[in-house]
Order: sequence, then structure tokens, then C-alpha cells
Amino acid sequence: MQTRLLEIRQGVLSKNDELAEALRLRFVRAGVFTLNLVSSPGAGKTTLLERTISMLTELGYKSAALVGDLETDNDGRRLAATGIPVKQIQTAGMCHLEAQMIEDFVSDWDLSMFDFLFIENVGNLVCPSSYDLGEAMRVVLLSTTEGEDKPLKYPPMFNSSDVAIITKIDLAEAVEFDRQAAIDNLLSVHPGIPIFEVSAKKDIGMDAWLDFLACRYEEWITTVMIAAGE
Amino acid sequence: MHELSIACDLVEIAENAARNANAQSVATVHLKLGVFAGVVKEALLFGYDTATQGTLLEGSRLEIEDVPLVVYCSACQQESQLPSVQSFQCPICGQPVTEIRHGKELEITSMEIIEHANQTA
Repeated sequence: MQTRLLEIRQGVLSKNDELAEALRLRFVRAGVFTLNLVSSPGAGKTTLLERTISMLTELGYKSAALVGDLETDNDGRRLAATGIPVKQIQTAGMCHLEAQMIEDFVSDWDLSMFDFLFIENVGNLVCPSSYDLGEAMRVVLLSTTEGEDKPLKYPPMFNSSDVAIITKIDLAEAVEFDRQAAIDNLLSVHPGIPIFEVSAKKDIGMDAWLDFLACRYEEWITTVMIAAGE
Repeated sequence: MHELSIACDLVEIAENAARNANAQSVATVHLKLGVFAGVVKEALLFGYDTATQGTLLEGSRLEIEDVPLVVYCSACQQESQLPSVQSFQCPICGQPVTEIRHGKELEITSMEIIEHANQTA
């Protein structure tokens, strides 16, 4: 019996990363701007999406959504009420979405029909941060009811996100939410991250978020079209 | 808790590599784990024992090398290790930093395999 050292140098999540890259290319070719929404459970992803999707529809944009949950199709049904195509991914206990699930669930959709694809991840501030889903933008939510120190507790998630949205801002006063501390904490783990403060329910701050989203989409689609023309 | 699913991916990669190398079993797997990889070391070690059962890796050790968070500061053009993962500020000049150079690693670097006795080197 003899032992031998075998060099490998392979990322443990390389399979997911490669699949996510292939998805990203597919989203670019289809011209669909894909967002991955992450937060702890109950931060308000579904409510924010309901309102965001309705406002985008009014502006003439076409959206679709994938919703990840451990169990139940409640969130999927809520989003389907906005009239857009929605699929619920029940992960049966898995705490995050993986690129393979996204590929499976979009397989029978003609993605070029849509301008936006929203992926509502499983409510969890740890695990989803390691899994690239091929998104163009990762959006992290932080609700006023959770407390302002969440970014310090989960730095990888807040650092890997492109935008932060403070939700349930209408409750800020009632729960003595320290707004400035929350912003300082977000900027401490992710300098320069764009921050929005909204209440989807009371329609506060939603216009600024929608302007930003539409603007980012237009920038993105212009780049995609220029690249396609070359 | 996604460490078990990460342990399963890790074992799959390592077992394939071991089979390709015609190994009888695996003694040790060496892994680089960044402090910013979002993976809890203890949970991964626990998951590893479960994930290796019934594989060529059963009974093997997972050796984890911790990788600190290293960032690049565009203001002072230097790489430095961040003392805290909660404060992305250059320890040299104090400017905010966004470019992560190390600390997100989750990578198998090598493994020690046990070869079949009748195999000639």
C-alpha cells in the first residue's frame, strides 16, 4: 500500500458556477434582465415583487418570476395574481436555489418574450450567497423589523449583492429602527452599494426604486444590443 | 445550513478524481476555505463525515486551510488583509475598498490517495 499526493485545484462549486455562466449568456442572448432577490424569511420579498412587477407592467415591461420556497406555493400564487408567468420552485428542505434548478424551470419558457426575470430566492441570508444563478443583479432586502445590524451579521450576503433595499420603512418609527445605523452598516460591508428605502405596501419610495431599475435595464439592454451588433 | 450539500459536491469531485487516478481509497483531502466563502468550517467537517460514507473517501480526513480576507485598495494600490469582515476599509489609507482578492475560496487543492498494492508506480 502506498500513498500518493494528487493535485486537483478545483472549486467545490465549479459545476454551479459553470452552469450559472451558461445561464447568464442565455439571459443576455434573450435580452432578459435577471434579478436574484435574497433576504431573511419575512423581509418582504414577495410584497416588494408584487408591487415592482405591477409597476413595470404599467410601464410596458414584460416580466416573469421564479419563486423558491422550502414548502408551499403561496408566494407563487400571490405573484401569479399580478398576471405574469410564475413558477414555484419547492426546494423540499434545501435552503437555497442552485443554477441547475433555474435551468430546469426556465427550460420551457421563451425567455426572449420577457424584459425582466425575477428570481425570489429562499429566505436565508447565509446559503444563497455562495450560489450564482446567472443573474445580472443581486438585490438584498433588509426590513426595518429585523434590526439595523443584519449587514454586520451576514457580511458575505450584503457584500455580494449589487443593491440593498430597506423594506417596511413605514414601520421604522414604531420599531425604533435606526435608519442611519442601518445605512452605515450597509456601507461598511459594501462601500458604495446603492440603497433604497421603501414600503411596498404603503407605496413609499417605490418610484425611486423603479426609476433605478428601469434605468439599469435600459443601460444593460443597450450594452447587450451593441455587443450583439458587433 | 448548506454545508452538507457543499460536502456532497466536494466528495463527488474528490471521488471522481480518485477513480480517475485508479486509487483504492483516499486518506486526506486538502481544502482552501476563505473566511468570506459563507461556509461554516465546523458544519462542513460534520457534513464531510456524513457525505463520505460508502465512498472511496470514507474514513478520510478533511484538512482545511483558512484563507483570510485580502482586498486591493485602488487608492493606495496595495493589497492588504482586512482585520474585520465587517469593515471594508483599507487598513493602510482608510479608503473604502470593494475589490476582494482572497477570502472567497472554496477549493480542493490536493488529496492523498492510497494506491492499489499491485499497482506499479
